[in-house]
Amino acid sequence: MNLLAGINPVTRILALILLTTPLLLSVDIVSAAVALGFTLLAAPLCGVSWGRLLRRGWPILMAAPLAAVPMALYGRPEGETYLHFLLIHVTDNSLQLAAAIFVRVLAVGLPVVVLSADVDPTDLGDGLAQVLRLPARFVLGAVAATRLVTLFRDDLDSMRRARRARGIADQGRIRHFLTLAFGLLVLSLRRGTKLATAMEARGFNRVAEHGRTWARESTLSGRDGVVMSVCLVASVAAIGIAVAVGSFRFLGVA
Amino acid sequence: MTTTAARTRARSSWRVIDIIIASVLGVATGLIFWVWNSIGFAWTTAMDALTPGFGGLALGIWLLGGVIGGLVIRKPGAAIFVEVLAAAVSALLGNQWGIETLYHGIAQGIGAELVFAAFAYRRFTLPVAMLAGAGASVGNFLVSLFTSANIAKSLAFNSIYLTCGVISGVILAGLLGHWLVKALAGTGALDRFAAGRKRV
Amino acid sequence: MTALVEARGLGWRHASRVDPALENISLRLERGEKVLLTGRSGAGKSTLLAALAGLLGDEEDGDQTGTLTIDGTVGMVLQDPDSQVIASRVGDDVAFGCENLRIPREEIWPRVRRALDLVGLDLPLDHPTRHLSGGQKQRLALAGVIAMGADLILLDEPTANLDPVGQREVVEAVTAVAAETDATLFVVEHRPQLWVPLMDRFLHLDEDGLHESTAAGLPAPPVLPAARGVAPGTPPLVSARDLQTIWGPPRTLDLPQGASTVITGPNGAGKSTLALTLAGLLDPVGGELTYAEELRQGLRKSPHAWSSRQLAQRVGYVFQDPEHQFVARTVAEEMAVSGGPQERIDELLHRLRLTHLAEANPFTLSGGEKRRLSVATALVNAPALLVLDEPTFGQDPTTFVELVGMVRELTDRGVTVASITHDELYAHALGDHLVEVR
Repeated sequence: MNLLAGINPVTRILALILLTTPLLLSVDIVSAAVALGFTLLAAPLCGVSWGRLLRRGWPILMAAPLAAVPMALYGRPEGETYLHFLLIHVTDNSLQLAAAIFVRVLAVGLPVVVLSADVDPTDLGDGLAQVLRLPARFVLGAVAATRLVTLFRDDLDSMRRARRARGIADQGRIRHFLTLAFGLLVLSLRRGTKLATAMEARGFNRVAEHGRTWARESTLSGRDGVVMSVCLVASVAAIGIAVAVGSFRFLGVA
Repeated sequence: MTTTAARTRARSSWRVIDIIIASVLGVATGLIFWVWNSIGFAWTTAMDALTPGFGGLALGIWLLGGVIGGLVIRKPGAAIFVEVLAAAVSALLGNQWGIETLYHGIAQGIGAELVFAAFAYRRFTLPVAMLAGAGASVGNFLVSLFTSANIAKSLAFNSIYLTCGVISGVILAGLLGHWLVKALAGTGALDRFAAGRKRV
Repeated sequence: MTALVEARGLGWRHASRVDPALENISLRLERGEKVLLTGRSGAGKSTLLAALAGLLGDEEDGDQTGTLTIDGTVGMVLQDPDSQVIASRVGDDVAFGCENLRIPREEIWPRVRRALDLVGLDLPLDHPTRHLSGGQKQRLALAGVIAMGADLILLDEPTANLDPVGQREVVEAVTAVAAETDATLFVVEHRPQLWVPLMDRFLHLDEDGLHESTAAGLPAPPVLPAARGVAPGTPPLVSARDLQTIWGPPRTLDLPQGASTVITGPNGAGKSTLALTLAGLLDPVGGELTYAEELRQGLRKSPHAWSSRQLAQRVGYVFQDPEHQFVARTVAEEMAVSGGPQERIDELLHRLRLTHLAEANPFTLSGGEKRRLSVATALVNAPALLVLDEPTFGQDPTTFVELVGMVRELTDRGVTVASITHDELYAHALGDHLVEVR
């Protein structure tokens, strides 16, 4: 079952923001754990099994300890000291913060795996412009550019072969990669210039003064509201519980 | 023959070409971020984990969007738009920081934007580019106080992180960004922009 | 009734140029007229179209003189099929113009459907645009313009980058549009012959301005000497037996030494794949591929295993898009990249009339100059085999004739040349040996 089916692409982003941003207010293990627990429970209901969460979320699982270690080594020294060497100061406080940040990275990162799905840039653009009312020209420009740049995959093969044919493909890999990347950037810019003309040739330059209509309607339904509310409640509750239990630490310093 | 007088006032409204090219720069920079995430990830995490803040030296690449955007488009909002779009693209492609990437993009973009604004969007020389890189890195520092809870780390860590970040911003974003724009201008790909014509 | 378009003394100078692109142009277009504009490369045709489309830009981009009044909506179809696709789904792309004109949603989709039918694109609305052929993409752009309800439809060399099938599709679509709507058509073309039956007015643009002309006054297609055929007993430079490439059935063919082979065939048959495989740039999957000693020059393994440098000294490849090949900042550097001797570089630059552009950036060259440069870079190492992929794509008649002459010169000197082409004229002039790929 998938509670997230049919929601507006914009809702995914807003839900993510609502679920994770309040957590950034505190570095404590309780709020992070509650939020993480919520995510783990909700994931299967949103079509993401724990196995898939693990598979897709492994970069986050790797990032968590790598965020915890600097906190453990360089967190503000308070309480008993376990190790002191040059600027490294492992203390009660730094360890506590390290554990908290470990869980928090998971709590903030894993919802991305659950909420993200293959979204068509056009549909996302429709949502951003119609629902969030971001400036239409910029949203459309971003969508068009995204499509344009993804064409580079076809160019890549052609450019690689061209370099081999010219006798310069024997050079170092890094240099090769960099010149290819630069070539692709130039190609994208030139295509972009032509695309701008093509868009203007279809009336795009009028949009600045007159606005435009939308062929595809992007709306928020009841389900969108529910998803966003649930996410907000979850994160606020996480913070609330941490406050109630006394574990809340504003930004980790209070 | 009547000639319409050429008005050379600085235009602050965006043409279609400005929007599209800024978008292409944003998406392309986002791809660069995403690639750098894999490389820079190894460095920052190794450095961060072990050293007090030297991870900041890899930061600069993530600040390129704002610097390049401002140097090419030269209009208000360019730095912010390109950096935010780049951050959004790299987040959408999938990285380990998720939504925080967006906040970083906004803060870094604003940091660069403020520098360009301070020069009234009229000067785009190398020192300005380097300052913009520094500004973006300050933006990153400020937002990291929250997102990475750097505010809970020691003063030593933060001072070193900020300093390394600024150095990286100046070199990897400012210097590199300025050079990149010059190289692109040389190919004629930026002919519709002042950056592409033979003035600075 | 007021004219649709009225231009008086119109002129335009790009900001980055010294000379004006257009000077003192006066033009009047009535509704329903079908006009064809011809003229040499660089005469200002594209600038005139841009002016009519309202795309010249503002004070930042250049100076305008004179007046131009247009009483109606204008839409334009550009030359490059790939750069005109705006959305990833067919329906969305056609609807784009309507949205910009603030047409209400209820009206948009019927218009989209009607426009697609009119141009003969019988596709579902969510069909991905990247899977369209060149001819389909051009028709898609045309549908977008019609859906907007354009009173003036401008077409800037719409068939230049298309194969014969695509060209016919586009002409048919435009003919259908002309019949069903009373839109004014304004077409710029280098290959006017296809359009003559449809047009009722002919204009010509040159240094002296815009002139009325007639169908008879159209530039005739270039007349070139016919191909020579291959002397019997000529050994093949490259020989393929049941060669299996990554695309298409096994093929058997020869490239005779010192002759010009022309490879033809429908789109998608695998011509480029075949050429790349023969040239050592793509690995074969199976079959036999033998190379004469004149090509090997001492190397033993197959070309696919040669180092890049070794390959460049023996085989030159000219890609369809010259820009994919450019790696350097100036033309001179570009030539020096593969390390050929300076005398050859100078000689090639001279023969291909690129000497005055030695310090220019390759990307800033005109289409014809880019093509000549891409050929020059392939010849720097005096290869025994030269392969060209669609060398005349999007080129104007002058460059076309030049290219044919150059290839003929090469075969006279003993170089083996193989070209992939759709162009019947090219095949007629250079098809010493014809290979058809299906």
